[in-house]
Amino acid sequence: MTEPVLRIDGLTVGLPGGSDRALAVNDLSLEVFPGEILCIVGESGSGKSVLLSAIMRALPRGLGHLKGGITVDGVDLATLSERQLRRMRGNSMAMIFQEPMASLNPAIPVGRQIAEVMEIHAPTMPVAERRQRVIDLITDTNLPDPPAIARRFPHQLSGGQCQRIVIAMALAMNPKLLLADEPTTALDVTTQAQILKLVRRLCGIHGHGILFVTHDFGVVADIADRVAVMQEGRLVEIGPVDDILHRAIHPYTRRLVAAVPRFAAVARAPIDTAPSLRITGLSKFYGAVRALDGVTLEVAAGSTLAIVGESGSGKSTLAKAIIRLIEPSQGSITIGGHDFATITGSALARQRRLIQIVFQDPFGSLNPHRSVGALLVRAGVLGGLDHDAAVQQAHDLVARVGLKPEALARKPLAFSGGQRQRIGIARALAMRPSILIADESVSALDVSVQKQVLDLLAEIQRETRLTMLFITHDMRVAAQIADRILVMRRGRVVEYGVTLTVLARPSHPYTAELLAATPGQVWEQTRQPALEAGMLMGG
Amino acid sequence: MRRRMLPRLPVLFGALIVLLWVLCAVLAPWLAPFDPLHSLQPLVPPLSDAGAGRMFWLGTDMLGRDILSRLIFGARAVIVWAGFATATAYVIGIAGGLVAGFYRGHADRLLSFLANVVLSFPVLVLYILIITKVGASGFNIVLAVTFASAPAIFRIVRALALDLRERDFVLAAISQGETPLRIMVLDMLPNAAGPLIVDACLRLGYTTITIGVLGFLGLGLPPPTPDWGGMVNEGRPLAFAFPHLILFPCIAISSLMLGLSLLADGLRDGEQRPLKSTGTNLP
Repeated sequence: MTEPVLRIDGLTVGLPGGSDRALAVNDLSLEVFPGEILCIVGESGSGKSVLLSAIMRALPRGLGHLKGGITVDGVDLATLSERQLRRMRGNSMAMIFQEPMASLNPAIPVGRQIAEVMEIHAPTMPVAERRQRVIDLITDTNLPDPPAIARRFPHQLSGGQCQRIVIAMALAMNPKLLLADEPTTALDVTTQAQILKLVRRLCGIHGHGILFVTHDFGVVADIADRVAVMQEGRLVEIGPVDDILHRAIHPYTRRLVAAVPRFAAVARAPIDTAPSLRITGLSKFYGAVRALDGVTLEVAAGSTLAIVGESGSGKSTLAKAIIRLIEPSQGSITIGGHDFATITGSALARQRRLIQIVFQDPFGSLNPHRSVGALLVRAGVLGGLDHDAAVQQAHDLVARVGLKPEALARKPLAFSGGQRQRIGIARALAMRPSILIADESVSALDVSVQKQVLDLLAEIQRETRLTMLFITHDMRVAAQIADRILVMRRGRVVEYGVTLTVLARPSHPYTAELLAATPGQVWEQTRQPALEAGMLMGG
Repeated sequence: MRRRMLPRLPVLFGALIVLLWVLCAVLAPWLAPFDPLHSLQPLVPPLSDAGAGRMFWLGTDMLGRDILSRLIFGARAVIVWAGFATATAYVIGIAGGLVAGFYRGHADRLLSFLANVVLSFPVLVLYILIITKVGASGFNIVLAVTFASAPAIFRIVRALALDLRERDFVLAAISQGETPLRIMVLDMLPNAAGPLIVDACLRLGYTTITIGVLGFLGLGLPPPTPDWGGMVNEGRPLAFAFPHLILFPCIAISSLMLGLSLLADGLRDGEQRPLKSTGTNLP
């Protein structure tokens, strides 16, 4: 039996008084062996980031390491002085962070930054050897023309290239243990697929033990050897990846796995109502940059169109141009047969009611200084109701989105992310719109909360025949909720069609690439129907 | 817990000083031992007996007026006019800043240009210009301070407003067809209030100093109104022989300034949780 590179034994970390629970990490034990990837999954607040900080012995202020031992490569961290610990970090254990751009120094060429790790930990290494090792490391991460890349500054590289450099830095001293904190969350799905492949390959070659924190079960399915599930600071289940994904024992794990949207289109009756929204040749130019380039689409009343694309594809610009938060450079927008692109002043203010938006960030989209009631009543009044009717509607809406009546008197600070997103939906509905745009409205939410919000939107659509534009980067979500899918790339529409067809027979190679890059597809093929309880939409 | 309490001590101290002066201003007629305008014995040193069981705690000036009483009544002038001047400057600065931040484009360019023109004058020269042109009175102090401070406040509000203009909750309000005035007042202003309150506290301190400087230059409240800066100026020729003439008014000005600064520091620490989205990192 090989020795584990990481052994955690009964780790307990305390939270400061007044937190919603006493312990950030509660009596957690696990081991990571050489050459294996152990994925830690859990929802926000489950303690997975605290666990990583505890291993690096860099706990945020206010958190106390109460008890439990951490052994890295046979060395008990508790016995080390600050100086010895510094030698360990980077040498026997290294960290890969979530934001590649933020973890590199923007003022120094990336090659120098990799070399610096070796200067610190191996000062006796000859300069020429060090230089060669930098090139080898960059080559290892599959970057083209390593000597040229080494001379570049971080801003001259893409996010995915930066993350490869960060990985090269982490590997510089060939550490036994790699700690990865959501290393692909900030990346596009196609880049994510490449980075995951790289991590997997490097792990196979060098035999590092990797502790990989993620919230994405697709990623888990693709990369993990074993999985540890955390809930409120406790390790609820740990086991081989197949067991966790297919034969989970703990009800919490089962619930989490079941909440992951299926990556398969749901068969839906075609909707052939008159179009509620029609857009022709919509463009937005910033100087020579074409943020939106001749987008044409139609959404039938009561149907859902998913707009899919990676960052920078122009999907959010499209949403903002449609609701006239940014002025389109050219093109027409027609809502319910009436022009919406060129009206101005009070005519625009009146028509705005018809098309409402739910934003991505549940913490930024509500004014923290106004109560939920004030927000909803005002929206009702702007939507054309008198005050009493608006108050009545606010009560109905709060109940409709599943909140208690007391919520009306509270301010947004009192609510969780998922609850705030419900309030955002209620605010949009208070205007009684005919079209609702959801701009990445569920992507900041935990997977179980995400499912609840998606279910809520689907119910509301069934009841009110609302037309929905669902902007997302997540093909799984798109597959679950959309009648039609529109794929954007660099401001242009590259694919537009019925969901089933787009998923089964994409006409554009980029769509095919996006579909192929969606993580967890092997798992998808064997995913058991038993875990599908409570599928997103009735059909 | 202990760590949280320690930095609060200076704040409490600051609040105490400010409160003390405010009480002096409000209760001046009851607190002051003498009539501040009445001549008694000239140039009496501090802690002298005034007869009839009363004391000249801080001595008298060359006209024989009790310095303590003048300081207490002087607090009225300073606090009223500093407060009034700062408030006026704020109303104008906030209105301009919100309009520039909300409408951007031409409105912003015009207002920013005006603000920069005013800001490019040396402040003191500006004060002297205004007051020599229109004469010394409380109202003109307000005018001078407003003219000089409003552009700086405008710039702070504008910067905050430009940021808030891009927040989702403001975009949501716009997409609901909400009126610009309500967006500015209900959505933007309350979310800019934190930094503004801190700034207001500091600015109140600066204005205290300014009023003192104006008084010292003979441009403040017309005599014989008790005015801290004016008292320093009047005592200046005799300061070597009778230091108490200028010492106590100087302490009064500095202490109020110190109190307001400490208070502003404390409020800034309380501001540590600024309105910020919790970074989501999805595209």
